[in-house]
Amino acid sequence: MTNTEVTKTEPLKLILAWGFVGIPLLGGVAQTLTNAMKLFY
Amino acid sequence: MEFTEPKAYTRSLIPFLDRSHSVAKPGFSRWLVPPAALCVHLCIGQAYAFSVFNLPMTRLIGVSQSAPGDWKLTELGWIFSIAMLFLGVSAAIFGRWVEEGGPRKAMFTAGILWAGGFMVSAIGIHLHQLWIIYFGYGVLGGCALGIGYISPVSTLMKWFPDRPGMATGMAIMGFGGGALIASPLSVWLMGKFASSTDVGVFNTFIVLGCAYFVFMMVGSMIVRVPAPGWKPEGYVPPATATKLITKNDVYVYDAIKTPQFWLIWTVLFLNTTAGIGVLGQASAMSQEMFPGHITPVAAAGLVGLMSLFNMGGRFSWASLSDFIGRKNTYFVYMCLGFALYITVPYAGGSGNVVLFVFCFLIIVSMYGGGFSTVPAYLKDMFGTRYVGAIHGILLTAWSAAGVAGPVLVNYIREYNVTHGVPKAQAYNTTMYIMAGLLVIGFIANFCVKAVDKRFHMKTDEDKDLGAARAPAGAAQAVPGRA
Repeated sequence: MTNTEVTKTEPLKLILAWGFVGIPLLGGVAQTLTNAMKLFY
Repeated sequence: MEFTEPKAYTRSLIPFLDRSHSVAKPGFSRWLVPPAALCVHLCIGQAYAFSVFNLPMTRLIGVSQSAPGDWKLTELGWIFSIAMLFLGVSAAIFGRWVEEGGPRKAMFTAGILWAGGFMVSAIGIHLHQLWIIYFGYGVLGGCALGIGYISPVSTLMKWFPDRPGMATGMAIMGFGGGALIASPLSVWLMGKFASSTDVGVFNTFIVLGCAYFVFMMVGSMIVRVPAPGWKPEGYVPPATATKLITKNDVYVYDAIKTPQFWLIWTVLFLNTTAGIGVLGQASAMSQEMFPGHITPVAAAGLVGLMSLFNMGGRFSWASLSDFIGRKNTYFVYMCLGFALYITVPYAGGSGNVVLFVFCFLIIVSMYGGGFSTVPAYLKDMFGTRYVGAIHGILLTAWSAAGVAGPVLVNYIREYNVTHGVPKAQAYNTTMYIMAGLLVIGFIANFCVKAVDKRFHMKTDEDKDLGAARAPAGAAQAVPGRA
């Protein structure tokens, strides 16, 4: 197999990929932080 | 760029999954690989949140409260234990297959097994047959955990030869973060599906199984392996190997014959034993050491904060190891850990809650860091070629620590309490023992030297010989890497 063409990854693809995993993770972190605040009440 | 793949590894039912189909074309951004790895690790990280199902699953028949015939907590506890056992076993057994078959095939398989495990478990819930759940979540899910955990590790290190610690830290951080998503999501789903006749666990398992399947399939589609000879723009590999970073590869079954492998196994085992002992008991320990100061609600907050530090530590400590070296990073874990463990009894005795919380948070961050730094440590010692497979075998240290840590903490506490030690001081001995374990870990880490040259796969002939020791068809399994 020979790969010669250069196809740059589109920035949108990167944003979508990181958003796909980042948004649920940030949601989980925010939820955990909210619960963790009970330690200081 | 040209490469060939041996016939033995092209006979896949779905050719798309083959390593040859996942080689990146020129121009592919390596920054797409960490999200692919996270797609898998965030899903399998759910395992740490499985306990949210325990209480509802004791009320499947009675719904509002346990009825005769409902499962007991002790019976349900085995689901997680079986899954952890199969994590270690499958990572050790399938490590070489993962390495040679490529990350896409491994991630796809892990996705099928993980989602399948949820579906089979849902059937077990519907039929109220616990053995089906043992098989579904325990065996199938456990194999998904093992295969999924190691699947992106060596690929990430090949994409990020300049920052291998940071790269694996990102993926393994996802394993810690998975529970942060799964726990509130599962509680919310069970609330939505619950009715006067159903606790909602069956439907929750179905939804989670479908969601995890989609996520993990996306990950397996995105992932790519670098083309042979690829290196990051501007990256110049060191011309000569440094003392503790080899430029050679060691065959997986040769690696386990080296003292270095077992020394690193010991270091990981001790670091994990110490961390697990604290993680599992943090809630009870904090309440008993600070009666009246730390309430059950505050203790739950502490546990949440610890899970954040566990996750953050996986990324930050592994990233730091790229700058200070793997061996030095473990020296920090052992020395700082020692100081923190012996400080905990002082914090308890003086009633200093802030100091106590600080100690626990740093300890748990180093527990997570131990997991994420170890793949790069193995790469430094044994090269990248079989690092995934070697990492798989090393994870038996995790399984062993999973038994040793909680047993050590619980047994010593129990012994102290029955011998008249006040509850607030019952954990002091444990903390000193944990500190002692880290001293042994320090010595083991100190003994780690470069792997003897006789284990290196130096020449093409040696490499062929190494592959020839494996089952037929394994020779030259990694394309382009003669």
